[in-house]
This record gives sequence, structure tokens and C-alpha cells, in this order.
Amino acid sequence: MPTDTSHPAGADVPAHTPAEHDTHPGSQPALQVQDLVYSYGERRALDGVSFDVAPGEIFGLLGPNGSGKTTLFSILSTLKRPQGGSAHIFGLDVTGAADRVRAVLGVAFQHPSIDPQLTCTENLHHQGHLYGQRGSALATRSAELLERFGLADRAGDRAGTLSGGMQRRLELAKTLLHQPRILVLDEPATGLDVSARGLLWEDLKRLQGETGVTIVLTTHLMQEADRCDRLAVMNRGKIAVIGSPAALKDEIGGEVLHIEAESPDVLAVDIQKRFGHEVTAVDGEVRLEDARAHRLVPELIEAFPGRVRSVRISPPTLEDVFLHATGHTFHEEESDSPANGKSA
Amino acid sequence: MTFIMPAATLAHREVVRFGRQRSRVLGALLTPVVFWVLLGSGLGSSFSSTVTAGDTTYLEYFFPGTLALIVLFTAIFSSISLIEDRHQGFLQAVLAAPASRASIALGKITGSTILATFQGMLLLALAPAAGLSLSWSAIPMVFVACLALAFALGALGFAVAWKIDSVQGFHSIMNLLLLPMWVLSGALFPAEGAAGWLRFLLTINPLTYGVAALRRALYPPEAVAAGALPSFGLSIAVTLAFGLVCYIGATLMVSRDDTA
Repeated sequence: MPTDTSHPAGADVPAHTPAEHDTHPGSQPALQVQDLVYSYGERRALDGVSFDVAPGEIFGLLGPNGSGKTTLFSILSTLKRPQGGSAHIFGLDVTGAADRVRAVLGVAFQHPSIDPQLTCTENLHHQGHLYGQRGSALATRSAELLERFGLADRAGDRAGTLSGGMQRRLELAKTLLHQPRILVLDEPATGLDVSARGLLWEDLKRLQGETGVTIVLTTHLMQEADRCDRLAVMNRGKIAVIGSPAALKDEIGGEVLHIEAESPDVLAVDIQKRFGHEVTAVDGEVRLEDARAHRLVPELIEAFPGRVRSVRISPPTLEDVFLHATGHTFHEEESDSPANGKSA
Repeated sequence: MTFIMPAATLAHREVVRFGRQRSRVLGALLTPVVFWVLLGSGLGSSFSSTVTAGDTTYLEYFFPGTLALIVLFTAIFSSISLIEDRHQGFLQAVLAAPASRASIALGKITGSTILATFQGMLLLALAPAAGLSLSWSAIPMVFVACLALAFALGALGFAVAWKIDSVQGFHSIMNLLLLPMWVLSGALFPAEGAAGWLRFLLTINPLTYGVAALRRALYPPEAVAAGALPSFGLSIAVTLAFGLVCYIGATLMVSRDDTA
């Protein structure tokens, strides 16, 4: 960053560097992303993404397919270079200091990177060698990790013979071998059944507690996003909202009303006119967020006789957070509707 | 240490994987044998003996080309494994490691070189059984020639496969580039007697020098129509230089890669 020489003499303001706008001076963020831009030809996959992750946090990037989270993951894992903006891991630039970043970074890809032809132990030894480890230290560390992830009795078996859940655990063991300070995981629960997913999360939480490692993961599953400490909701290359899952849900309000109607679009407009409430019509229903939405139910039914088929009240979910922040449902976005006209 | 260890482990992995896939061993070894016997015997009867010296049969003439083919096939298999590594996610994990890009390329190419040389030498062991007389002194020369050729083709295969993201795509490149290179290497027919433009292609084809090195190594000078062939030393030098250029190109591609 060039030093700003335009400050008037006497104003001893230091040139602003990315590391300085941290609100807690002295505590360096584990990850700092600033104005990240990446395009595939015409299509902007990342359109000015900025956020910080504190050390020891489990941070989720929630977004539908095509929201840019995988591109972001590739940049954080040093495999893609940002076309604009920057990303720093513990103060190290992911492009300028890629090798030093790689040494503190543990990456798990969506496609398992373990070699099915090699045994569990061979997979770990291979990984260790790539990181310059060797000998008895490597052997001990590998054995420890296999033990820790419940794979000790399969150590000599080829990785290809393991179950999906076990392969994930081996993948995680491989990622942890060089004791990274930050883990970056792309859709870690993909292809896992509910119980294997539960185990994976137990592992992640345990890791966080024991080693204080920072974990950044991408997901398109709400249940998974709910378990993160903090969350950035991504949509079309931008961050829609950011915060803890609870805070994001609280922001919406206490309750969500789901009103099923013959013509939800028309009803939405009418409700807005009559009650001044912000409402949205999606998936064939009208949604209304309010701290005390249940009180509106009788009024609604009286105000629009015959037009309301049913009313359901639920606490807000991350689904609602996404809808609130982007104006469309997660699944609409998943099924990809580029003509939706939101040019934000 | 971050250079040697990653390269060594990647090369080691290639060898281990190879041994665990029996079909690859069989395919890469048997195809050239079948090629050699069928094509060599078939063409031999209609092949003019004037282009080879004296009593060389076509089967003998064709043997160095067969060795080159076996090396080529192994290099191709290794290049395909690079594409598979990328698809499976294995390669991405390698690239995310703090290993030098040059050592990553070298590891993969070395693995391919070891396998191709091993298979070349295996075919050489079959040569006496097929009636080819070999002197013991030929063996180290054949080994060196195989090694140089295997390195060159391994590096070429790596450089070609790096930017290709499907096995099908690689097959078309293979048919378009690698097999014609082999056909025009002096493996099937010698340069003398060929049309001028063909002779030119033979001269600029780096593979010609690999095949020439093998031919020089296998047969005594008086049996090789020696005047037309580059010397053993020159052949090895050109082959290694070509391999080095491909290796440097491969390393640059890995360093600049932005598509993983």
C-alpha cells in the first residue's frame, strides 16, 4: 500500500493500512477480507466482499450455489488470485505471501482430496511430506490424528474402502496434520448423512475448544449455518448480512407470519397499504415479519374476508434472514434466476 | 527441504498407485509387445532391406520404436492421472501446500519417468526371447536413453495435460500431437528414403532423438546405417534439453495457474 503523502503537515495521522481498522487494537484478525472482486468474463462472482474473522471463531459463509462463496473459498485457499481487493490471513497477504499463508492454512475441499489408492497412514504421510514434515515426528503426529478421529484401526486400509463419514474425518485429519492456525473448509458436510454431519460438528467444536483454531467454512445448509459463531450471508457476489445466527434472526423480529392466499402478490400489496407493514410475496405465500405478528392475525382475517386461506406463525429461521436481506428465497436463488432484476 | 520432500512424495505416490492398479501395468506393457510383434512382422515382409543395414530384420528395426512407444504410453497414462488428480480434488490439496511449484511439477514428472523407464527395461528383458541379440554393454546405454526419453515425454505430457480439464480432451491432443510425433520419430521408418518435407519433420521432432538414442544403444554402429543417425551423445543431449524446456514450461504453468 503506498504511503499517503497528502496529509497536511502536523496532522500525524498514519497512513491507513488494512490491519488498522480493527476495532480491537492489538488483536489481529485471523482473516481480513477487503473489497474482494473476482469475475469470470462478464459474470461477477465476487463484487466487493469485505469482512473480518476473529481468531478462534467458527465463521460460516452461507449462500446458494452461484453466490460466490466457492470463488471466495478458492481465493482464501490461495488457489485463485483476487482481481481486486485483498485478503489477509493473520496479516499475511494470500497472494503476496502465498507460501507463508499456506503454511498456517489448513484447507479441505468439497471433493475429497484423499487418495483412495493409498492407505490412511500413507495419505497422512504424503500430506506431511508436502509440508516438509518427516520421520518419527510425522509418524507420531499421524498416529495421533488417526486415533483422535477414530480411524486407528483402519490405519492400514486403503482410504477408498472407508465410509463417507470416515473419509471426511480422514480429510479433516489430513488438513490438521501441520497444525494450521486457520481451517478453511468448503461445504464440509456435503454427502454426509445426518449422524455423520453431527459427528463432524462435534469434531469442529472440540477442535475449536482444544486448539483455538479459527474455522471458516462455506455451506448452503441452514442447519449447518445455524451452528456457526458468526455468519456472512452471501448473495450474488455480495455479502447481504453478517452477524451471529441468533442476532440475524433477532433483527427480523420475533415472529414470521406465513399467509397462504389465492393471489399472494395482490394481497401483499393490500396488506402493505392497509397496515403499513413490510411484506413479501414468495413461494405462493405472503410473509410478514413482526415481533408480535400473532396479534395481527384476527385483523388480517377481518380486513380481507375470504382472501386468506390459512395463516401459520413461526419463529424466524435463517431462511427468513436470507429472504429479508435479499428479497427472494434461498431456493429461488438456488434454482438460479438471473432475470430477477435485482441489480444491487 | 520444501523442494525435495514434496517432489519425492509425489513421485513415490505415482509408483505406489501404479503398482496397485494391475490393469495399468498390463495395458502399458502388453500393448507395445502386441504392436511390435504384429506390426513388425506384418510390415517386415514388404519392407525394403536397403534402408537398414545388411541383415537387420524389420522386427529388429522396429524394436527401438516399440521401446519409445512404451515410454510414450506410460507418459500418457501419467498425464491422464494429472487430470484425474485435479478432478478428484487431490491436486488442489497439493497446490494449497507450501511446496514450491517447481517441486510439484518435478515430483509428478519424476514418478512418470521412473515408471516409464521401468517398463522400458521390462520390455528390454523380453528382447532376447524374441530373438534379438543383445550385448550386456547395451543395457546401461538403453537405460540412460530410456530415462532421458521418459523424462522428456513425462514433462511434455505434464505441460500438455495441465490446461486440459477432461480425459477426452487429452485423448484428442494425444491423437493429434503425441502419436504423430511417435510416427515421425524414425520409430516406423528411417529418415533416408523419406520425402524431403517428411525428413524435415523428422529432424525437428524431439522424439526422433530419443528413438535414435535407443537405436544407438541397442545396435552396434555398423548395424545402424550410422551416417543418417545423430550420435548417442547428441541424441541424449537434445532429448534432455527438450525435457528441460517442457519442465520449465510446466513449472511456469503451475505457478501462474488460476483455475484450480
